[in-house]
Amino acid sequence: MEQLIQQLVNGISLGSIYALIALGYTMVYGIVKLINFAHGDVFMVGAFIGFYSITILDLGIFPALLISMAACALFGVLIERIAYKPLRNATRIAALITAIGVSLFIEYGTIYIRGAQPEAYPNGIVPLKSIEILGVKISGQSLLILAVSIFLMILLQFIVYKTKIGKAMRAVSHDQDAAKLMGINVNNTISATFAIGSALAGAAGVVFGIYYTKIEPLMGIIPGLKAFVAAVLGGIGIIPGAMAGGLLLGVIEALVSAAGFSLWRDGVAFVVLILILIFRPAGLFGKNVREKV
Amino acid sequence: MLKINDINVYYGNIHALKGVSLEIHPGEIVTLIGANGAGKSTLLKTISGLLKPKTGEILFEGEHVAGKVPQLIVKRGISHVPEGRRVFANMSVEENLELGAFLRKDKKAISEDFEKVYGLFPRLFERRRQLSGTLSGGEQQMLAMGRALMARPRLLLLDEPSMGLAPLLVKTIFRIIEEINQSGTTILLVEQNANMALSIASRAYVIETGKIVATGTAAELGQSDQIRQAYLGGH
Ligand SMILES: Nc1ncnc2c1ncn2[C@@H]1O[C@H](COP(=O)(O)OP(=O)(O)O)[C@@H](O)[C@H]1O
Ligand SMILES: [Mg+2]
Repeated sequence: MEQLIQQLVNGISLGSIYALIALGYTMVYGIVKLINFAHGDVFMVGAFIGFYSITILDLGIFPALLISMAACALFGVLIERIAYKPLRNATRIAALITAIGVSLFIEYGTIYIRGAQPEAYPNGIVPLKSIEILGVKISGQSLLILAVSIFLMILLQFIVYKTKIGKAMRAVSHDQDAAKLMGINVNNTISATFAIGSALAGAAGVVFGIYYTKIEPLMGIIPGLKAFVAAVLGGIGIIPGAMAGGLLLGVIEALVSAAGFSLWRDGVAFVVLILILIFRPAGLFGKNVREKV
Repeated sequence: MLKINDINVYYGNIHALKGVSLEIHPGEIVTLIGANGAGKSTLLKTISGLLKPKTGEILFEGEHVAGKVPQLIVKRGISHVPEGRRVFANMSVEENLELGAFLRKDKKAISEDFEKVYGLFPRLFERRRQLSGTLSGGEQQMLAMGRALMARPRLLLLDEPSMGLAPLLVKTIFRIIEEINQSGTTILLVEQNANMALSIASRAYVIETGKIVATGTAAELGQSDQIRQAYLGGH
């Protein structure tokens, strides 16, 4: 029983990382209907920026987190302006292929700049102590992940539902022309969406590094794909769906491990993807409307 | 107030507006009538900046606005209520109205305008917390008009406000359009319901396949045999 709860705690920690990445996928999809396959690589870049901030600039976790988020926000905006904006009226497949190209470019660009060797986040940088509840030990790293992701998700909800830019984002994702008629600058709103989604991926990169220690230039691929599955699971384009989908996927993976099938852990996400596409293509939080063809 | 000189608008190589000219004076209700596909919506979209004319000019209060982005045009004082209402269905009535005032910073005047819009459309006040996607067609039309008024336009463009509404509601909507006009907003009204439109307009233009084919006072056009045959059911 304790074993099970321990696995649940691990699952929720991992799931929060998926959720943070999935939010960027879902927000970008919601507004430009593009699966930004380079998003997992922004997560990787965030992990490295956090790493260098801690080791080279000698900063604490929270300043490193902020720097990584800010840098990734800027990076996300650049990716959109340079790679995606010129294709906004192109076919979806052209945009998708471009996204894959951007992803490869970032991965191998990173290897070109700093080499392919992995790095390890230093130990003992987490200011939180582990705690024990009912015989279950929750590590300081887990607590940090939970605290950071809960805080960021609440902040995101606030931005999306209460601020002017959040309302503009929702308006643009619903109807671009109607949003323009309100005087909303659609380009800036799309940039803001990329900035916010990428900042969340940057934060996820840093907490991932703190939790799993090892980071390397191709580390974004698998978490990126799984976060994509999480976004589809919750209903692509739906913000609470991405949060729930991420947490659920993390917990499912942990339970599969706990049941003794840890070799299947990475595969299970894709089984989930196939099942959801067959039985509930709009996702758990989506309205199941038939797509008009 | 608004002067359109010889504009040409294309969708790819479809020539949708062919040398259209039109003029609106302050305080008027001008109606633009024409059959489906004649180019009415295209003209409104060109005025509000969603489409750019290839040639020709649009002057609003003496300033050139052709080809300007919608943002600037809203700011100058033109609001467009699009065909099919296009409310933000995923947001509440109140949020839709807030978005109408997106470019304004005068908080106090904005809350006055909320009062005004709720006064004009009490139904919207009752439903202010409801998602606008759950409103009836008539209520959505009221919301689309209220949302446009939240920008404090001096010129209001209305694209088929009566479309799909029951006759009683159509009457209500037209009465409100007159009220909006009487409180000082100039109106360009696009309608297929030509009878109703001519009954509240001072002047009218008739558009056919991208060209203005007739213009005059609403009374003149209402008398014209040709117009009655084509647009008023021939009575
Ligand atoms: N997005 C578009 N792409 C291509 N052609 C269009 C588009 N929108 C309208 N048209 C064409 O332009 C003409 C005028 O359309 P529109 O302005 O919508 O007419 P109305 O509002 O009078 O019914 C029609 O022939 C229509 O088929
Ligand atoms: Mg039309």
